[in-house]
Amino acid sequence: MAGKLLSTWAAASEKPEILYWVGCAASFDDRAQRVAQAFVRLLEAAGVRWGILGSEETCTGDPAKRAGNDFLFQMLALQNIQTLKNYEVQEIVATCPHCFNTLKNEYPQLGGNFKVWHHSQYLVKLIREGRLRLTQDRKKERVVFHDPCYLGRANGEYEAPRFLLRAVGMSAIESPRSKDFSLCCGAGGAQMFKEPEPGRKDINIERTEELLSLSPQTIAVGCPFCMTMITDGVKHLGATDKTRVRDIAEILAEYLGLSET
Amino acid sequence: MSQVVFGVVLGVSILVFAYHVKLLRRTILLGREASVSSSFSQSFRQMLKYALLQARMLDRPVAAIAHWAIYVGFLVVNIEVVEILLDGLTGEHRILAPYLGGFYDAVMVISEVFMVLVFIAAVVFLWRRNVLRLPRFHTAEMRGWPPLDANIILWTEIALVLALLIMNASEQLLQERGIYRRVGTFPISQWLMPILERMDNPTLIGVERAAWWIHILGILAFLNYIPFSKHLHIFLSFPNTYYASLEPSGKLSSLPQLTPVVAEALGLVETNSTSSEAPSSLGAKDVTDLTWKNLLDAYSCTECGRCTAVCPAHITGKKLSPRKIMMDTRDRLEEIKRQLYKKGKWEPDGKALLGDYITPEELWACTTCNACVRACPVLINPVSIILQLRQYLVMEASQAPETINVLFNNLENNGSPWAFPSADRGKWAEKLLES
Ligand code: SF4
Ligand code: SF4
Repeated sequence: MAGKLLSTWAAASEKPEILYWVGCAASFDDRAQRVAQAFVRLLEAAGVRWGILGSEETCTGDPAKRAGNDFLFQMLALQNIQTLKNYEVQEIVATCPHCFNTLKNEYPQLGGNFKVWHHSQYLVKLIREGRLRLTQDRKKERVVFHDPCYLGRANGEYEAPRFLLRAVGMSAIESPRSKDFSLCCGAGGAQMFKEPEPGRKDINIERTEELLSLSPQTIAVGCPFCMTMITDGVKHLGATDKTRVRDIAEILAEYLGLSET
Repeated sequence: MSQVVFGVVLGVSILVFAYHVKLLRRTILLGREASVSSSFSQSFRQMLKYALLQARMLDRPVAAIAHWAIYVGFLVVNIEVVEILLDGLTGEHRILAPYLGGFYDAVMVISEVFMVLVFIAAVVFLWRRNVLRLPRFHTAEMRGWPPLDANIILWTEIALVLALLIMNASEQLLQERGIYRRVGTFPISQWLMPILERMDNPTLIGVERAAWWIHILGILAFLNYIPFSKHLHIFLSFPNTYYASLEPSGKLSSLPQLTPVVAEALGLVETNSTSSEAPSSLGAKDVTDLTWKNLLDAYSCTECGRCTAVCPAHITGKKLSPRKIMMDTRDRLEEIKRQLYKKGKWEPDGKALLGDYITPEELWACTTCNACVRACPVLINPVSIILQLRQYLVMEASQAPETINVLFNNLENNGSPWAFPSADRGKWAEKLLES
């Protein structure tokens, strides 16, 4: 195995190729943890030397910033930047588009300059470099990808996740609102951590209805918060036995037969 | 005599317009400093793409075609307006014809064709708005003045087109009767000639002159109407797309005045006792706390509602509408502008954008999904305003919703939005890590 805590890497006077920024969701949420595990198994399969910060990681500050608390955001950001600099981190991959966006776009202003990947981009890179080998198997599955706002619209990455779905042979269908007109799952901007304002409907229900109208076997996501919102939506609409909600990393790991530990 | 009248009317119109432009500029510059890109070529290309070529209009093809017809028609007719202005000032009739020769004919033909297209497009727009009643034109903020404004613009366009076509039709009859010199070709307005045919010469000259005056007075009146209308976008879309951010829309800048304070609190820099300037207030309560780019955004808004139509909060029935955020900002600015006009300076009047126009309920419904930013044809950013108002609510007024305060507490105490101990962060990977 080639994954260690950064402190362990440092103790051996070595450095990993990449720091996996786990994020709070994958650190604490059962469902998101399984995504993190699938992603790490893919890293292992590709022979990547990876590290995580473990207890030295804190929230990037995204929800604080978007809830209007720039003071708290900067507290968290400056601390994280300090930690990352101490370990001389240069490249980071995140399974959460909110972490990805914050590390990539908002840390530079505060002195943190890193090369930052979303895991879909990093997996594409591993495939292109031949480090992650695909098999001849074709997964014949009807799948729709739900673009996360902070990967798609906010950062213009629409292709990487679709590349991965095609790579395993899935026929990816597009929802009526997709890519730059994708509809938010309802979690962003700190909505995840508060009650919705009064209205006719919850946003995740609106979105899940749209996705389910395409009768997909799988709804593919690339964000732990979308995962929660859409999974709740599918439950609420009683479609759990017809449609699974899975992260692109899980789809790829399952395809490659990387068993759960 | 008529030259003098014309000169005076023209001069006064231009002076009044210039005064209002200056007032508008002063109002916009009440905003705070904005950080804008310094890359001229990228900004310029962005302006060409979105203002000149209107790339985003294509998201809705019917509107794109109709809008394009009116836009090009407006540009083409300006050539004719130049002639009208010269004629008016010199007392000549169709002064450019002898100089332009065959090109003059071409201009007349193109201009007449576009007049018809403008007419059709204006009818299509009126139809969509008032008969089909597209939902995005009839949300809560679209009551009273905004729909009236839209209809005034469209009917004025129709009136101006008709005046021009009637002018050309009577011109042609008068040319045939040998009263006017033979110039130009008028392929469209000739179809209007039968209506005017039975008039005697003096009446026909009267009609021709009246149409001429109505057209040019209409244009001058419209020019002075624009500063008070959403039609301002025909000018402001250019600077607005030029100054719009070139960064990914996910990037929000941090308040720079906080960074030294935070760094000091964290012990990352040495305590600097001299840095005790009175900190300016954080976030925005009123329009004057926003940046001038936010204010330019507000004046550039076309009220098309594309932003609101894609807003997940609006779609699911929440009170938030990004268009309303922009319209409220503009309404508040207009209130301040009226005071600048009356008193010559701006003094706080006890009102504010936050509270008197926009409620916290609207602000907290935003998911910062940036769909509104992507949808806006003139690159307006409503999220920037929403966020600055949230910053004021949170950091100055301490009025975050209860659950958001819980979030802040967890982030402060556990470094995570949930109250889990940070020691547990690596647990998911226990079996996967080498020690
Ligand atoms: S960013 Fe906010 S205002 Fe804009 S579309 Fe999304 S939820 Fe609506
Ligand atoms: S902000 Fe942009 S999209 Fe929204 S109404 Fe104004 S011009 Fe239209």
